[in-house]
Amino acid sequence: MAEAQNIPAGSTTAGSIAVAAESTVATRMSAPPSFDVADFPVPHGREEEWRFTPLARLRGLHDGTAVASGEGVKVEIEAPEGVTVETVGRDDERLGKAGKPVDRVAAQAYSSFEKASVVTVAKEAVLTEPIRIAVHGQGGVAFGHQVIELGAFAEAVVVIDHTGDAVLAANVDYVLGDGAKLTVVSVQDWDEKAVHVAQHNALVGRDASFKSVIVTFGGDVVRIHPRVSYAAPGGEAELFGLYFTDAGQHQEHRLLVDHNTPHCKSNVAYKGALQGQDAHAVWIGDVLIQAAAEGTDTYELNRNLVLTDGARVDSVPNLEIETGEIAGAGHASATGRFDDEQLFYLMSRGIPQGEARRLVVRGFFAELVQQIGLPDVQERLLAKIEAELEASV
Amino acid sequence: MATLEIRNLHVSVEAENGPREILKGVDLTIKQGETHAVMGPNGSGKSTLAYSLAGHPKYTVTGGTVTLDGEDVLEMSVDERARAGVFLAMQYPVEVPGVSVSNFLRTSATAIRGEAPKLRTWVKEVKSAMEQLQMDPAFAERNVNEGFSGGEKKRHEILQLELLKPKIAILDETDSGLDVDALRQVSEGVNRVRETGEVGTLLITHYTRILRYIKPDFVHVFSEGRIVESGGAELADKLENEGYEAYSTKGGASA
Repeated sequence: MAEAQNIPAGSTTAGSIAVAAESTVATRMSAPPSFDVADFPVPHGREEEWRFTPLARLRGLHDGTAVASGEGVKVEIEAPEGVTVETVGRDDERLGKAGKPVDRVAAQAYSSFEKASVVTVAKEAVLTEPIRIAVHGQGGVAFGHQVIELGAFAEAVVVIDHTGDAVLAANVDYVLGDGAKLTVVSVQDWDEKAVHVAQHNALVGRDASFKSVIVTFGGDVVRIHPRVSYAAPGGEAELFGLYFTDAGQHQEHRLLVDHNTPHCKSNVAYKGALQGQDAHAVWIGDVLIQAAAEGTDTYELNRNLVLTDGARVDSVPNLEIETGEIAGAGHASATGRFDDEQLFYLMSRGIPQGEARRLVVRGFFAELVQQIGLPDVQERLLAKIEAELEASV
Repeated sequence: MATLEIRNLHVSVEAENGPREILKGVDLTIKQGETHAVMGPNGSGKSTLAYSLAGHPKYTVTGGTVTLDGEDVLEMSVDERARAGVFLAMQYPVEVPGVSVSNFLRTSATAIRGEAPKLRTWVKEVKSAMEQLQMDPAFAERNVNEGFSGGEKKRHEILQLELLKPKIAILDETDSGLDVDALRQVSEGVNRVRETGEVGTLLITHYTRILRYIKPDFVHVFSEGRIVESGGAELADKLENEGYEAYSTKGGASA
């Protein structure tokens, strides 16, 4: 009998820990961060930050040919008491405070949006109900900008749902005041043709906690770029992600945690399952510990489960450390496959094929799903995973 | 009384230069309560027999029949065979990432028994079976076969045998890679199941060592894809003394 083959063809798992003066995180970028799209050359696919992305499927978001159609997406925000929801113009000074666009599409979104949503949770307000943001694609092209700002010691959960069909480029800013606690769940449950490229910038205040849960199921191309930096010491960031990549889909999650301040923590855990021909998942995990960031504690993990032949994973953790005075730093990346031998083993114990597959996938995601800490979201995710599996078996 | 009947079984595998026949007409009848040892040199087709009975997709049955109490086993899918009462303890159990032993055992017991075992009695059942096999309780929380030592993998196979209570148990080189202590514990597990009198056992082995712990009723010598001699336990003694040379017509079996 053949031994189980654990590394599927078409999988790459590269990692690096740099302890050097030159920043590999910075050199990944072909231009410095900027709000102006003109500062970024049109990418051709060889650039470090674009080399995994199928540019031809971005429907012109990267080269200026995509033009907002007026019927791009419909955004509905449902917020409990204690929350202010505003639609503002481009000149509102609260926009763009959490970080600048770092690539051409993010800068295009920033240069092109007309109205932005600003959601503000008042100082010390502790919400018992989530803020719900529904982004529903209407079939056109849209550029978006959203700001979620929590005053000091405020606590909130935000659930953002992306559905329908759209070509959307967006920036989302999360600004956390001192001691604030924010959990954001962003679900990409798009129709199959949708294209969604977004940069999320979180600026974490003193002793504040930020938790981001990125869940990607649908769409043709989804590329999400969550970034975290710290405004003051004592901040914590947990970045969780879960994706289920089907035949032909490109799902890319690129993360940066910039430890620019002492005594902050970060924990990154992304897990994905892939099935079908040309399913392609990309995970880039950059963690930068700057010289000033003494006492940093960070860990990042990416796990992929390849369920069928023909799928491809690129997983690149990158940890860059500029000070030795840290509490901890580590990373892990692994890609395994559910293969015919595993299926045979489970079935030889009486377990029917469909159930065997569900068992493996549920088990794979369970630990991560439990860490989300929101029972209704957890239930929904598990149900969605089951549905994805049903569709395939 | 459950009976597995193998008649003139021919099995091929796909090789680089076309299909290659490995089993060339196997006849064997195993009844509940009996223990049959199948012994033979490497490459004689012993493991192919085991995996063909369990329904591994790599093997193609080109002739013959296999029935369990008259039901056509060859028509059944892998999971149906297991639910019908055929169990294969594998020589190389497979790692299943993300699935804990406890979840796996319960899912499998539910499938085999047709209903979920009652939680309280189930926990006791698993605990006592693990204790008897000298398995640490923490084992239940590990992922199936992931990072298991050779001995742990075999104990885990026998744990399943004890919990799933099949009609026919096929043990494929369960003794390989075990030290004496592990061999004794694993053999005791097999014997506990045999002593119920409700299982027919097909013990596939290269060495006679395990037969000191598990006494067979019948010994069959396997060579070049078929049974070439059958007898009682005394045949094992002959093999112990003389080896397999007498059965190898071409001076060493191929592949």
